[in-house]
Amino acid sequence: MSKFRKKKKGMPAVNTASLPDIVFMLLFFFMVTTTMRETELQVENPRLPSATEVKKLEHKSLVSTIYVGKAKDIKYGDSYNRIQLNDKIATADDVPAFIINERSKVSEAEVPFMTTSIKADIESNVGTITDIRLKLRDVNALKISYSASKGDGN
Amino acid sequence: MARRENPEINAGSMADIAFLLLIFFLVTTTMNVDSGISKKLSEKPPEDYVPPIIKEKNIFEVNLNFRNELQVEGERMEIEDLKDAAIAFIDNGGGEGKIEEGVKTGPCTYCKGERSESSSDHPNKAIISVQSDRGTEYGTYLKVQNELLRAYTVLRNRLSQERYGMSFDKLEEAYKDDRNNEALKKKVEDIKTAYPQIISDAEPTSSN
Repeated sequence: MSKFRKKKKGMPAVNTASLPDIVFMLLFFFMVTTTMRETELQVENPRLPSATEVKKLEHKSLVSTIYVGKAKDIKYGDSYNRIQLNDKIATADDVPAFIINERSKVSEAEVPFMTTSIKADIESNVGTITDIRLKLRDVNALKISYSASKGDGN
Repeated sequence: MARRENPEINAGSMADIAFLLLIFFLVTTTMNVDSGISKKLSEKPPEDYVPPIIKEKNIFEVNLNFRNELQVEGERMEIEDLKDAAIAFIDNGGGEGKIEEGVKTGPCTYCKGERSESSSDHPNKAIISVQSDRGTEYGTYLKVQNELLRAYTVLRNRLSQERYGMSFDKLEEAYKDDRNNEALKKKVEDIKTAYPQIISDAEPTSSN
């Protein structure tokens, strides 16, 4: 009988054997959720407009992204119309070269399915977007997607 | 002797809990998928290209100025009302459809509009022309594009519901899951040709 009573005394140490599990779990979690960005943003992360009629972009490898927004570096001024191609600030005139470079990365059969995603800030001007669009048309990159987040649109 | 014994908490199930959490997060977190309004640009016209003459009544003119104000068919409008105005225009069905490869499409049998003489003839003739200013904010521009696309979605959904008993969104989804289904493909194509999205971007004006 006395055996049972005596067990109550003493502080049991918290077992830490499962700590590695927890750490691994966190590791996996971040591994899964982090989307790697190949290029570092030279413009401030664009505030995307929200829209209801959005379509998901499939085949990530066939998407080339053009960023439009305010440059982080103050020497480019503070307008929301700076264009970023790859990892540097560029002008609309550099767009054809960028697209041709992107095309060389995929096989020829897949070129017609390539999409250009324009990630522009809501305060950017339509003029800038039009300039890009005209350049894209020059090199026959006709599929574009105006990046927007899914929302109620109002 | 028995006094020293440290009863340990059984940690055998800790790993299970951890895995449970891991799986939970795996299932619930959606990876940041890129989404956007897709558009297909028109090809570059050849040098000697003469644009076809389009009747004024088949063009729905949307103007945006540099103050982000909206003007539709010469009158000011709020963005909230744009969708309904666009629906009324596309769905008017006041005349004959266009002639495709020698085959007349005839009058619009599925339109539920007013059939007014002064508005569009047929959805496949109805052109929406968006003219913005170079100084217009991109956010506003995209909102307008979105509203116009919504007008088409409403009409397509309605027709699809009538013809096939399910909305066009569902129809497209079903087709996406089953690419080889010819019957579904035909249905999708049918709705798409009934209400083709003809939204053109005019060269923007520059006010300053």
